[in-house]
Amino acid sequence: MNDTQFVASDGRESVLRTEHLRIQFGGLRAVDDVNLEIKKGELYGLIGPNGAGKTTVFNLLTGVYKPTSGKIFLCGKDITGKAPAEINRLGIARTFQNIRLFNNLTVIENVMVGLSNSISCNIAQSIFRLPRHKKSEKEFYERALELLKVFQLDEYKDYLAANLPYGKQRKLEIARAMATNPTLLLLDEPAAGMNPNETQELMDDITFVRKNFGMTILLIEHDMRLVSGICENLTVLNFGTELAKGETAKVLSDPAVVKAYLGE
Amino acid sequence: MNRIAAFFKKPFIRRYANYLVIGAAALIFGLLSVTGALSMSNQFLLEQISIAVLLAVSLSMVVGFLGELSLGHAGFMCVGAYLGGKIASLLVSAMGVGESNFLVLILSLLIGGAVAALFGFIIGLPALRLRGDYLAIVTLAFGEIVRSVLMNLPSELFGGTLGLKTPRFTRQYLFIIALVLVLACLAVTQNLIRSKHGRAIISIKDNEIAARAMGIDVTKYKLFVFTISSFFAGVAGVLYSYTQSTVQSATFDYNYSIEILVMVVLGGMGSINGSMIAAALITFLNVKLQSVLKGDMAVLKDVIYALILILIVIYKNAPGLSAFREKYNFKTLTAKLFKKKETVSKNGDTVPVVQEEAKDE
Ligand SMILES: Nc1ncnc2c1ncn2[C@@H]1O[C@H](COP(=O)(O)OP(=O)(O)O)[C@@H](O)[C@H]1O
Ligand SMILES: [Mg+2]
Repeated sequence: MNDTQFVASDGRESVLRTEHLRIQFGGLRAVDDVNLEIKKGELYGLIGPNGAGKTTVFNLLTGVYKPTSGKIFLCGKDITGKAPAEINRLGIARTFQNIRLFNNLTVIENVMVGLSNSISCNIAQSIFRLPRHKKSEKEFYERALELLKVFQLDEYKDYLAANLPYGKQRKLEIARAMATNPTLLLLDEPAAGMNPNETQELMDDITFVRKNFGMTILLIEHDMRLVSGICENLTVLNFGTELAKGETAKVLSDPAVVKAYLGE
Repeated sequence: MNRIAAFFKKPFIRRYANYLVIGAAALIFGLLSVTGALSMSNQFLLEQISIAVLLAVSLSMVVGFLGELSLGHAGFMCVGAYLGGKIASLLVSAMGVGESNFLVLILSLLIGGAVAALFGFIIGLPALRLRGDYLAIVTLAFGEIVRSVLMNLPSELFGGTLGLKTPRFTRQYLFIIALVLVLACLAVTQNLIRSKHGRAIISIKDNEIAARAMGIDVTKYKLFVFTISSFFAGVAGVLYSYTQSTVQSATFDYNYSIEILVMVVLGGMGSINGSMIAAALITFLNVKLQSVLKGDMAVLKDVIYALILILIVIYKNAPGLSAFREKYNFKTLTAKLFKKKETVSKNGDTVPVVQEEAKDE
């Protein structure tokens, strides 16, 4: 491990770091020279107008897209160009802007899928119903239920995921992501489409996850008020480039940011 | 009647009801057959049904659970039929035993299945890594290539255009072995689906991108499911070869693959029991029509068969019939029988029905 990359400029442990991250779709530079630096335990905001390239940054970080150029480091380890499943195993979990639950599985089974790599039981053990299978299924059930309780979803455990109310679906996505035991959690507009009550509940959950699991979180959010309430640091994207970054209060009062958000 | 209903209501029994039904069929028909009370034509019918059920269950793993389209299931069956049949006849003459030698049957089932699985693996490796309907295209081509290659190879190898002569197992017993194989296939499929691996497979069908993001090795699971599905298609092929004195490659054409697909679709994709019932009924219909319509009337068979399929599809989908369907479908009828408010989730397990009002706090 390269120590110079693992330790951030101010001496705190760096969880995520991108260097000159760029992706080009045809003539469009959807993400252009983005340099993120997220420290352990931090709740970092990524904001910007629609189409600014926020979701594309997530897709780059999670291996859905391969960057045209630039590098991505997770805890000092170069993960550029790795496949999504491997990146998840290395410690990045995410939610999606357009909810992507497993609709033919129940709520608890969705979380169990997230636990797949932390509880071992191979295919032969399952097919021949060896003792390991039964033991692992019990463990799957108990650990999934525990997580559902954290997110107050336990009473819905046997619902098909598709039948959950919208706000709960968003929460389930976070619970499922947490089940993969990540070091970095990426949340893509988790409050989108929620009513004020649900949004407040969600913010409490995010704060809880952060405190209790010591989770490092990168949050995409459209709503500026929401971000200013909980993020210490921000990066503002506009047309794929970094418009501003740094402490939340400073960034949000930057005239360029205000202009980008409110238009001319 | 109440007692029977109560018996089937026990969770353990509910979970294994399909094994019990097939096991009971194997036992009862087996006894009838051993004592000579089962006619030859019924033995034949049971063989054909077992083969169809094996094919449908194995294909439903790929189409119903994995969500990939395969149009060449008969091709894998063809591999099993030719290789298993060839090996069986070689073994029979090498070992100097009768055609109904049990050991030879088991060996050829295993080898035929394994070779079909190998083909499945080789085809799946590139096709399943690509997004889109590549598997459908590649399997379609595979099915057609395999049978024309087998037909055109020198006739000393696989019999050429005349077909391959294969040993035949005593009809009196073969269907019992076939039913036991159905039980084995069912156990593998059901145990796989009801496990962490089954959840992973369903998650891939539901949302591949999310499955990858949860660390699921999508390619590994797709390949595994496709390979094991090919294995059972191969096993079905070996069984088939044992029911015939000659195996003709023309049997395993595109239409046959579609017929297996129809069974899976009619059974309700992703329902193992549904696939089995559909396979049994369609095969029953096919065999009966074949024996009833003799001579010139034989041409009517395909027409009647097609008409019945069209009617079933209309019944299953016509909006005008939806009220009727809701009242009289398999689920509600069985639910009525068991008098329990439960619906069957897609993976075949039962989940409690949740009242609509309860959902919005
Ligand atoms: N796969 C793709 N192919 C082409 N263009 C894309 C692709 N993905 C995203 N884009 C484009 O990149 C830009 C940024 O999109 P996105 O990251 O979704 O924005 P945001 O999440 O900030 O609203 C948009 O103009 C979008 O059309
Ligand atoms: Mg977005």
